[in-house]
Amino acid sequence: MIDHRPLKIAVASGKGGTGKTMVSTNLAALRSQSGSTLLVDLDVEEPNDFLFIPGELVHVSDQFKMIPDWDQNRCTLCGICSKVCKYHAVIQLGTYIAVFKELCHGCYACSELCPVEALPMHPYKMGTISKKISQNLTFLESRLEIGEEQAVPLIHQTHNLVDKNYADFKVQIFDCPPGTSCPVVAAVKDTDFVILVTEPTPFGLNDLKLAVETMRKLGKPVGVVINRHGIGNDDVEVYCRQQQIPVLAKIPFSRQIAELYSNGSLAYQEVGSLESSLQQIFSYIQNTVKP
Amino acid sequence: MKIAFTSSGKTWDSIIDPRFGRTEYIALYNEENEELNFVDNTSVKNDAHGAGTATAQKIFELKPDVLITGNGPGETATTALKHVKMKIYFKANDMTLKQAYEEYKNGNLPEIK
Repeated sequence: MIDHRPLKIAVASGKGGTGKTMVSTNLAALRSQSGSTLLVDLDVEEPNDFLFIPGELVHVSDQFKMIPDWDQNRCTLCGICSKVCKYHAVIQLGTYIAVFKELCHGCYACSELCPVEALPMHPYKMGTISKKISQNLTFLESRLEIGEEQAVPLIHQTHNLVDKNYADFKVQIFDCPPGTSCPVVAAVKDTDFVILVTEPTPFGLNDLKLAVETMRKLGKPVGVVINRHGIGNDDVEVYCRQQQIPVLAKIPFSRQIAELYSNGSLAYQEVGSLESSLQQIFSYIQNTVKP
Repeated sequence: MKIAFTSSGKTWDSIIDPRFGRTEYIALYNEENEELNFVDNTSVKNDAHGAGTATAQKIFELKPDVLITGNGPGETATTALKHVKMKIYFKANDMTLKQAYEEYKNGNLPEIK
């Protein structure tokens, strides 16, 4: 039997600055040498994978969410809208209904429940999705507009776009936002495996634990990549052993990798040990996820 | 005149809550009958977003003439309060309600315009 479903790999971390982008971009570029690969930057509040991906920008599309607009002439000031809005994005101040689009989750409750249709929904630009192509690597960047607070709707739209237009990419890698809140939960949705990139420090361990707990709740298989190995202590390794979490690779704390990274280069091309670590990570995932 | 305060407790000696949206209580002092009442605002604790607008609406419904607070409302709440004919005085951080009221009476608190 041939499995046509793409392999979806999420790269997440808990703590910020552990090396998600480094792992995502290098893993995707390396893997693209043996077949078409999709890399998606879902760190919508500060996407930066594009710095490492060469190639032409082929397309930019505006992304919209639906928000209500108050129609003063229809409104009877009944107050239902402000009562049903769980996010306090619609409030009634006397004879004025204020709509705060940054707070709106686009749930339609106010609009649908308004008895006189005084809150029709309108599209509102929340971000962009850009596309770059570099040989076998296709790259999508999802970027939120400055000042926007809601990352989740844009992340969902990006996943939907991938499912609709990029299903023929057999390997899809998603660079996720840091943390363990709603944007991360949205970003790892429907992925088959989550790589958690951490560092061997108390901060790294603390946030790794939170990330592991989150992914367990979501039922996601995880593996840990210890970046900057050699600094700090071995508490992360002890934790992974106790919790029976596979350590997929240890990437050494290396000046050479840091310099290549800060120049916007893909470090695996120059650092052989990084290339073999990434191969190891990819083979593990392929063997674990695909029966 | 009705004066509202963001308050961390329920007496004249309670300290002004410096936060606007997430203030623990809203105190309302009616100068005519000298009554001081408190409205519980702890329900916003469970809101990840929108505490400012929720509190703005609550304060609006009390219809005070003046609001005395600490750090001042954030951008979103300020937008909401533009629709209200209420004067807002701030920087009453670390004062008790009583002290803040006296400082306001003496014209020592800056006004947000």
